Amino acid sequence: MDLTLKIWRQASAGEKGKLVDYQVQNISSEASFLEMLDVLNERLVREGEDPVAFDHDCREGICGACSLYINGRPHGPDKGITTCQLHMRRFKDGETIVIEPWRAKPFPVIKDLMVDRSAFDEIIQAGGYVSINTGGVPDANAIPIPKRDADTAMDAAACIGCGACVAACKNASAMLFVSAKVSQFAVLPQGKIEARERVQNMVAKMDELGFGNCTNTYACEAECPKEISVSHIARMNREYLSAKLVSQIE
Amino acid sequence: MSLAGLFLISFLVVHLGINLLILFDKSLELFNQAAHFMATNPLIQLFQYVLFFGFILHIILGVVLQLQNWAARPVRYQKKGYSEQSYFSKFMIHTGAIVFIFLIIHFANFFVKAKFGHIDSITYDSGTYENLGLLVVELFRDGAYVIFYVIAILLLGFHLDHGFQSAFQSLGLNHSRYTPFIKGLGTVFSILVTLGFIAIPLVIYFSF
Amino acid sequence: MVKLDAKIPQGPLAEKWTNYKAHQNLVNPSNKRRLDIIVVGTGLAGASAAASFGEMGFNVKVFGIHDSPRRAHSIAAQGGINAAKNYPNDGDSVYRLFYDTIKGGDYRAREANVYRLAEVSNNIIDQCVAQGVPFAREYGGLLDNRSFGGAQVSRTFYARGQTGQQLLLGAYSALSKEIKKGSVKMFTRREMLELVVIEGRARGIIVRDLITGKIERHSAHAVVLATGGYGNVFFLSTNAMASNGSAAWKVYKKGAFFGNPSFTQIHPTCIPVHGDYQSKLTLMSESLRNDGRIWVPKHKEDAEKIRKGELKPTQIPEDRRDYYLERRYPAFGNLVPRDVASRAAKERCDAGYGIGSTGLAVYLDFEDAIKRLGKHVIEARYGNLFQMYEKIVDENPYETPMMIYPAVHYTMGGIWVDYELQTTIPGLFAAGEANFSDHGANRLGASALMQGLSDGYFVLPYTIQNYLADQIRVPRFETNLPEFEEAEKAAKERIEKLLAINGTETVDTFHRRLGLIMWDLVGMSRKKEDLEKAITMIQELRKEFWKNVKVPGKNEMVNPELEKAIRVADYLELGELMARDALVREESCGGHFREEYQTEDGEALRDDKNFTYVSAWEYTGEDKEPKLNKEPLVFEFIEVKQRNYK
Repeated sequence: MDLTLKIWRQASAGEKGKLVDYQVQNISSEASFLEMLDVLNERLVREGEDPVAFDHDCREGICGACSLYINGRPHGPDKGITTCQLHMRRFKDGETIVIEPWRAKPFPVIKDLMVDRSAFDEIIQAGGYVSINTGGVPDANAIPIPKRDADTAMDAAACIGCGACVAACKNASAMLFVSAKVSQFAVLPQGKIEARERVQNMVAKMDELGFGNCTNTYACEAECPKEISVSHIARMNREYLSAKLVSQIE
Repeated sequence: MSLAGLFLISFLVVHLGINLLILFDKSLELFNQAAHFMATNPLIQLFQYVLFFGFILHIILGVVLQLQNWAARPVRYQKKGYSEQSYFSKFMIHTGAIVFIFLIIHFANFFVKAKFGHIDSITYDSGTYENLGLLVVELFRDGAYVIFYVIAILLLGFHLDHGFQSAFQSLGLNHSRYTPFIKGLGTVFSILVTLGFIAIPLVIYFSF
Repeated sequence: MVKLDAKIPQGPLAEKWTNYKAHQNLVNPSNKRRLDIIVVGTGLAGASAAASFGEMGFNVKVFGIHDSPRRAHSIAAQGGINAAKNYPNDGDSVYRLFYDTIKGGDYRAREANVYRLAEVSNNIIDQCVAQGVPFAREYGGLLDNRSFGGAQVSRTFYARGQTGQQLLLGAYSALSKEIKKGSVKMFTRREMLELVVIEGRARGIIVRDLITGKIERHSAHAVVLATGGYGNVFFLSTNAMASNGSAAWKVYKKGAFFGNPSFTQIHPTCIPVHGDYQSKLTLMSESLRNDGRIWVPKHKEDAEKIRKGELKPTQIPEDRRDYYLERRYPAFGNLVPRDVASRAAKERCDAGYGIGSTGLAVYLDFEDAIKRLGKHVIEARYGNLFQMYEKIVDENPYETPMMIYPAVHYTMGGIWVDYELQTTIPGLFAAGEANFSDHGANRLGASALMQGLSDGYFVLPYTIQNYLADQIRVPRFETNLPEFEEAEKAAKERIEKLLAINGTETVDTFHRRLGLIMWDLVGMSRKKEDLEKAITMIQELRKEFWKNVKVPGKNEMVNPELEKAIRVADYLELGELMARDALVREESCGGHFREEYQTEDGEALRDDKNFTYVSAWEYTGEDKEPKLNKEPLVFEFIEVKQRNYK
């Protein structure tokens, strides 16, 4: 298939960017979206041009490295997948595809379609863990956990940290990401011990980094490649309110 | 935000209830009686300030949130997204702003007149009241005003449709069993409130 | 020949690790603060080691090539992690896990290391659960297990089909906690270019900042390499795009020995290759073999019709199907170890029974399992894998059998390390897939996660202290020492050289060509002439690469082509060493299958008399033949037998 690509090109963070048109020919409909970009890049290199920079790694939908805002949607038109799992059979011959980077203040563009998502790491560092050290822990089966809770925790923990929720949200809010981690620990007994501090610290860090607010549009859930539910946002809200209400003044 | 919103929703119910009295009693006695009660009862008077505060809070918070949200995405997308699930949620600030303008006009028309202006009195068997009902009826004889009113209320309805369930979500009140019900209830509520408010000018315009 | 000392502690097998810990040297808390450790890599081994070092009080610097430590390729492991908990009460024990692992590795791993691995496996599960890793559970609230290849017990703990992800996120959370605390400093988007050796000890590294191109120097008292495997030498593999062997290769060239480089695991259940634009292969978890049955048509004419698209697999009646694993290995059936399953698939396809448009695929069929258990059970167990398959292949595996074919997945070979995970360069340690240690010639499913976390959480935190105990008087190193200058200069020169070639072929073209040589001649089945041919071909390709590769742009920018070029340049040397190792090892064992050495019914034929050793290759200089050192493997506690899964 032949396609017209309109790709955001930006040499570096400080420079101005713009959409540039590229034509690609003879793309197999069985190729993945990123393989299509590989074909373009290989041609650009041969022609002595600067290839398009984009983040990617595992190419099986789990590392969360790939991003891309494709035709107005994070990870492209299909539901429940990442860009690397998107295949060209999803597009029509002759179609024009607009490819942009994630857009959010805390996700500055590094080059072309690459953005800096270290803000997510900072949020996790603010409290996305159980503060235990290696060793000295009880036997694994000493902490029985209802299957339902373990499943809920797993639903939340499935987050790959790709940032599609932020990219999709009209407010560039990171609530789905943050709530997925808060929620995972909130339902597990291991996480309950620090639950109050965790939710307050993580939310404070999220706000400090300049993410927008949640206005419950649910675009995040619709675009999440792991289909993480907004019920986790509600759980975080609940956790946050109750933590704020009961926590002592220090 | 959500608490203020839910509070305003409760106000809407009371407001609508009283307004609907116009339709049930063409002599406007019931309505005027209720309006009189609202204007004179000390508790209600006190509550008026709470309500006023609720409005201000809701508006200020809404504007602040929106400003923060715009700031969170300084560079916009060239190709706009269309992935939002809850359609009206995209336009809360817009519907909110128009409702706010409506509110000011509405205030000027009724509240300010009732409070500070002069309104003719009318005497019923039950007593003498300011004839606020007549003010309403006369205003709604103006077709242009009716159209404006209806549009504003429709937008309020859209605002409510998202706002109602959104408030529950923001308060963390989400449950696999009740959330679908709350969403449904929110929509039904918004439709009823919208229809209720719209019915008044339409009925007045066409049949009074 | 250098005498390789594996430093295996004295005493009975089950007491070696306990004895070691009881008598090793330790570093007291106030001294820990004065000691720096560099960890390269943030996968299971790297993240868990770095977090543990930080908790203990060392000063830790961690380097990763990704934008976040959470993206390391451990994240992609699907099936599970083994442990000898014996929760299902089906006869498991530390000894049995040890035995299965040694046997699975075809008796080419060190007894003491493997026993320790089995021993600490239980601690790993405890640790991960305490971190909040959401392992699958039974209705009673206790942990669930499933079976994996090469074992007759259910000892695999799992978190849906995302076990690697959940374990890595656990280690990442521990790492994040330490970063927050300030004990660990994280350097993202850095690629290691050189190791700095001062007076014979590893004292630092040179890295390239992948955003600015800046070359940086970092010093420490010890360096831990946890940089994963080198499966991408094959171009097509299940490894992530950025997974590479360069760090390992750089330390090899600085004097660390390379152990068993030819031991590569070809995983039997991957989605077959479908086009020449393909950038990587996707694994379908081994856990699928719990319920899926593998078959090809019994008659060649059926296979041919399927290849032409004239017949559908569902139209082949039961009596015209050949469930070849069940036929050949009735005891283990579809759950034979990976090397056995892969070779059996290749054998069928080479014999003309393969399916798919290329004839290089076999079926993995869930029809029986769906009939027996119901679709919902299969969906609960493998839903995400089925969805992944459908997205790639565009076929519904609930209705038509999956097509699978073996693909490069893991490298058992790696930097040679002793019992303490220390390489032949003092102060340089290697952990996880980057070292050669515990899997012998073939790794069992769900053991990679176990080894990575064992090394990081429970082995290195002890053994590194034994090394650092006499380093407490050594002050921090300045990075303006001549050794740093030299290492940086070497790294810069190499980059400049690559950028200056300005040839006509892209890096990927060379990588693809190397991959084909490796797959065809140093792949699933190897023979002398092929290996010799491979060595010559790789040498020629390497020369061509250095004359004709085109690397655009400059160093001081985001330059993925340059990153790839640096890695491929190393693969072009590493590939040759793999072929050499395969050539020298004149036996078949585990994943290393030499056609000349097989039993009458086509099973791997070991030569225990001559090859019960670890090959530890020593670098001797540019374009010089490397030297082979041998670490003899002594089996004191188990009897070495012909592997039998029948």
